[in-house]
Amino acid sequence: MLEDYFRQYGLIAIFIAIAVIVPTSMLTISWLASRIGIRPTNPTPVKQETYECGMEAIGGRWGQFNFRYYMYAVLFVVFDVEVIFLYPWAAKFLGLPLFALIEMFVFVGILLVAWAYAWRKGDLEWA
Amino acid sequence: MSWVLFILLAVVTLVGGVGVVATRNVVHAALSLLVSLLAVAGIYLILFAEFLALVQVLIYGGAIIIVLLFAIMLTRSSEYPRISDNRQWPIGLVAAVGLLAVLAASFWISQHQSAGPESPALGNLANSLFTRWAIPFEVASLVLLVALIGAIIIARTGEDEG
Amino acid sequence: MNCVLAEDNILHGTPLLRWVYELAGLFLPCWLSYFIAGFVIMFILVNAVLLGAAVFVWTERRLVGRLQNRVGPNRWGPFGMFQPIADLLKLIVKEDLIPQGADKIAFVAAPIIMVATAILMLAVVPFAKNTALADLNVGVLYVLAVTSLTSVAILMAGWSSNNRYALFGAARGVAVLISYEVPVVLCLLGVVIVAGSMSLADVVTAQAVPFILVQPLAMFVFVAGTSAELNRTPFDVAEAESELIAGYHIEYSGIKFGLIQAAEFGGVVTASAVIATLFLSGWAGPASNYIGWLWLLIKIGVVAFLFIWIRATFPRLRIDQIMAFAWKFLMPLSFINLMAVSLEVYFLRDSSGALTTTDLWIMTVINLVVFAVCIPLFGSLIRDKVRPAQLQPTARATPGATVQQAGGEVT
Repeated sequence: MLEDYFRQYGLIAIFIAIAVIVPTSMLTISWLASRIGIRPTNPTPVKQETYECGMEAIGGRWGQFNFRYYMYAVLFVVFDVEVIFLYPWAAKFLGLPLFALIEMFVFVGILLVAWAYAWRKGDLEWA
Repeated sequence: MSWVLFILLAVVTLVGGVGVVATRNVVHAALSLLVSLLAVAGIYLILFAEFLALVQVLIYGGAIIIVLLFAIMLTRSSEYPRISDNRQWPIGLVAAVGLLAVLAASFWISQHQSAGPESPALGNLANSLFTRWAIPFEVASLVLLVALIGAIIIARTGEDEG
Repeated sequence: MNCVLAEDNILHGTPLLRWVYELAGLFLPCWLSYFIAGFVIMFILVNAVLLGAAVFVWTERRLVGRLQNRVGPNRWGPFGMFQPIADLLKLIVKEDLIPQGADKIAFVAAPIIMVATAILMLAVVPFAKNTALADLNVGVLYVLAVTSLTSVAILMAGWSSNNRYALFGAARGVAVLISYEVPVVLCLLGVVIVAGSMSLADVVTAQAVPFILVQPLAMFVFVAGTSAELNRTPFDVAEAESELIAGYHIEYSGIKFGLIQAAEFGGVVTASAVIATLFLSGWAGPASNYIGWLWLLIKIGVVAFLFIWIRATFPRLRIDQIMAFAWKFLMPLSFINLMAVSLEVYFLRDSSGALTTTDLWIMTVINLVVFAVCIPLFGSLIRDKVRPAQLQPTARATPGATVQQAGGEVT
């Protein structure tokens, strides 16, 4: 059992390393290609300007940022955390008693209250 | 073997943590925090808490960091990218030392409860979460509800002022 | 030294891997030969994503061309089949610019993370009986966790480009991504309940009746959520080229752009594999002990075709419509799915907590009815409340009115 655990996560760890190495090596190949002259590298200030409809960009990257984004992120965190709590329950529900079912309904009910409140207050609108 | 892994992951965690406080660029700080959090997930893994490890990646890596980055983007930090306020470091130091003391004390007290390596089955987790710890579980959802309502109310008042 | 795999080992089901394992075991210690067999799987998986991306690009361009009455790429190779290779070569030899003021580390790291997450998702997908790189106890969560890292990579790409449009594209893309993550995470609960496990191998074995029938609502929510998370039309506001130039990858060129594209299209392939495993019973099928991988490939093809079809059919939604779709339509649907499935399971399961095939068919009937009722019901909730009268022009235009308004004369 423990051996399986180590084997599986060992393979996953190696796989993570490979998944990072593969794209990195592609970048390296492209960089090498630029060294031996297959690929051009001739940056000029004009080329390196950021693209904005072909005109010179005015101002920095920041600009006005809609507050909506943050609100959605907060909603996302709250719901995500709540739903993740249900995963161990779901995985073992086939063997759990009625009490667990009721408890889940209470839990999801609270979640629904949160959802309805956010809707009611207009935080689900993009305006 | 697991000691080597632990030290490796702990070093990565610490490097990420130092990156958070040392860098002058707030977005870099957030990204170093991500490194640190993912390494903590790795530490959970070598403690056989695979569920917790993936929840760590999902909630902290995927969600909390996004909230942080969005919050950073709402600020005007880009106008002062290289300035960070360091006058509060003594307070921060005191807080950090206090936290270390609390953690060390709790570690010291609970030491006798440590068990050998064991992979907790998900079923046991579900059973204890939904029977013995049922009330805290429901309270947790209430806390999250309160957090959501609080966030919405704060956002609303902010809009009224503007 | 002789190494023999246990019957229930994840490598046992595939002759190729067992053979690699046993051959390597003749010379090497067992744990090392186990890892060598693992490398064979990794090789297959990495190539599945990268080659899969190439094949998918070609198929998509040809099919979308066909669906839109065009020809699509047809010059290089039979049916333009070598087009992806030509694209790749072009991207490799193109100049790779890093814009002024860009944050170099994040700018380079973002495409790497995107490709890595696309590849990593496949690690837990079983592609034949007892064959997966790792059959984690928490496989479903692994898939969700790996997907959620994409949003950080998108934000990194957008922020590091030092371009306002890239940042807006990234912020929008991430807002969409996180909004769709909630219903996706919710709807998978139903799958986990019926399978009684979070391991993808168990999910496949639990599908005596494919979950697309048992839980059509979950399938619907998952496919919609995934196509939003993959930034595909109709949910591709992140790179709405008419509004945001190209979204978060405006400033990317050369091989980095190629990597982002590979991640996007490879992501479709891996997402199709996940959908095929979760809802279309993965490798299961007639003679699946021998050709399970073929069944999985066919199912991946079907799902990928579905994605292409959706893309060719629907116009892009506005961002407020997309958000409404996630929060007001998919959310209640996944709540209903969760409640319906948990109630059905509670009443149908026997004393030992098992579900028979008959139980699954009963659930199928109930859930199909729920599906047919809920989609129109909640669809009417989010429909744009615009009366047709408002769309009518206020006065009937006379011929030449436009010209007169513009200051011309009609003779």
